[in-house]
Amino acid sequence: MSDAESFEGAAKAAPDQVAKFETTKKGFVPTLQHWLHVNPALVPLIVLVLSIAIFGLLLGSKFFSPFALTLILQQVQIVGIVAAAQSLVILTAGIDLSVGAIAVLSSVIMGQFTFRYGLPVEVAVACGLAFGTAVGAINGWLIAVMKLPPFIVTLGMWQIVLAANFLYSSNETIRSQEIEAEAPLLQLLGTTFKIGADADGRGGANFTYGVIAMVLIFAFLAYALRQTAWGRHIYAVGDDPDAAQLSGVNVRKILISVYAVTGLICGIAGWALIGRIGSVSPTSGQLLNIESITAVVIGGISLFGGRGSIMGPLFGALIVGVFTLGLRLLGADAQWTYLLIGVLIISAVAVDQWIRKVSV
Amino acid sequence: MKKLITVSAIALASMTSTAFASDSVTACLITKTDTNPFFVKMREGAEAKAAELGMELKSFAGKVDGDHETQVAAIETCIADGAKGILLTASDTSSIVTAVTQARDAGLVVIALDTPLDPIEAADATFATDNFLAGELIGQWAAAKLGDAAADAKIAMLDLAVSQPTVGVLRDQGFLQGFGIDLGDPNKWGDETDPRIVGNDITSGNEEGGRKAMENLLAKDADINVVYTINEPAAAGAYEALKSIGREKDVLIVSVDGGCPGVENIADGVIGATSQQYPLLMASKGVEAIFAWANDGAKPALTPGKDFFDTGVALVTDMAVDGVDSISVAEGRDLCWG
Repeated sequence: MSDAESFEGAAKAAPDQVAKFETTKKGFVPTLQHWLHVNPALVPLIVLVLSIAIFGLLLGSKFFSPFALTLILQQVQIVGIVAAAQSLVILTAGIDLSVGAIAVLSSVIMGQFTFRYGLPVEVAVACGLAFGTAVGAINGWLIAVMKLPPFIVTLGMWQIVLAANFLYSSNETIRSQEIEAEAPLLQLLGTTFKIGADADGRGGANFTYGVIAMVLIFAFLAYALRQTAWGRHIYAVGDDPDAAQLSGVNVRKILISVYAVTGLICGIAGWALIGRIGSVSPTSGQLLNIESITAVVIGGISLFGGRGSIMGPLFGALIVGVFTLGLRLLGADAQWTYLLIGVLIISAVAVDQWIRKVSV
Repeated sequence: MKKLITVSAIALASMTSTAFASDSVTACLITKTDTNPFFVKMREGAEAKAAELGMELKSFAGKVDGDHETQVAAIETCIADGAKGILLTASDTSSIVTAVTQARDAGLVVIALDTPLDPIEAADATFATDNFLAGELIGQWAAAKLGDAAADAKIAMLDLAVSQPTVGVLRDQGFLQGFGIDLGDPNKWGDETDPRIVGNDITSGNEEGGRKAMENLLAKDADINVVYTINEPAAAGAYEALKSIGREKDVLIVSVDGGCPGVENIADGVIGATSQQYPLLMASKGVEAIFAWANDGAKPALTPGKDFFDTGVALVTDMAVDGVDSISVAEGRDLCWG
């Protein structure tokens, strides 16, 4: 064997570092910038802890009690679940404006299939979830295969689903008492259990199955996005679909599956909505799309796709919940809540842009 | 091409024939939406009355509550159509006035249904529920029901929206007056100083908002025992919030509307009493007024002492109290809408 063919030897002699980036910036700020770049959910977590601390100091035990803090969880559960779904879409550099409408129509289907057609309630719930998944899959197909922009597709789907919702339901509410008597499964996610309440059942921490469902969905998606090929491919598609395609990722399949899963999660949100308000009401959930996008943006997921942690939107939704309840308890006009949430949104995107500039 | 001409000729012929045939009076009904059962009932009432009088009724509606542009376009369509009058539930009570004036100048009679315009004289007449009285009835009922305990009641006020639309203010202030609480400025809610009021919060008039507002006020004071709600869906939401902490039995919830699900909720003990309004009557009276205007130019009369025509309100409850007139749930059920 001649020396020229000794590839192993040649490889050994070669420098073992392919490329090296010299850090020229030093000091606290670049370090912080780098740190936040690596842990995108940190900013919303810090804001959340700070806002709880500030309202806790201002309001004392009225706010800083197990009752009030778990109340926030209950109030954000629907937005939280939908925000988890929205995060998936935004990670692919898309957006889904139809989430709220899908959730509401899914809940209406669960209710009407039970009460209008007399289907077993388990079947009706399954139909509602299947409906959500199907609408999501149609969104995904139009976006991935027909190459239509996500904003346009879901803007259209939002109108279609919302109109279908009102036409199908005639805007009639199914009352809580009827559901309780005939189809309690519809209210399953509203089941409350208390920890540490006093003898009269007052105070203490209140949890509902809906809150648990929200936490489980986030935990599951966090695992899927980090540990599975599907999850890594979502990031890849969001970052650069052409590069992902060239690396062997089936971009179409990933996009359709993302929108379908989003639809399914919206169906679950619709189920949780019945639990939360007791009744099936076609007029609820009108602002869920905007509220979920707000939570995702405050949660530090980049609208340009491919970057952000799924836990961020959970913190984002909780921040909005903390501000809403805290300001109401302080007796402030409800408009202040919206104003401050507006400030938070713009700040969150500004911080995101700053973090993106990191070159470390 | 030939086919096109034939089709157009048929279309033209049919158009002219209807124009000749319908020597009848045309009226327009413009509602906020065509999905809310309240407006659905209103349209049914108008259609029935129009059929009875041999009139032609055209219905228009905004896409959502607050859709002002579609309503303006509808008014313009009615003017162009040669309608004799318009029945209108305005989404934007002050901005619509320009379009209404245009219609009245063109010789149409404009009647506001349910929602007064701002100013109220902008329409020829207003056929509506006396919302202040509706609030007053449930306030008086709640105070009488509590008896001596009314002196240290803890009241939650679940209102409509931060923009304080007139209907929400009237019901809220009516309730407080009926309960015996000093009003600040009667044109806005939230400026009262009586310590019995725990707080005001907004519901958007639906279940979701009702529950959230109730939770917020319960976080402020867990001992609330009287709840005023803007309408019955909000009341149902408030009930869910109370149920989740096991307090649904010892809190009095009162409301306004008289929709069929709301009346059922009284039967089930969710709501203590509600003030029922009558959209069907508003619409049928409105159609009659347009008919009269078209035939002899008579302007609709108003209820004496009020700046609108009062279509009535009745307190529905199964727990009647002395000094406040009420009808039973069974009677309310016969008259309910939605």
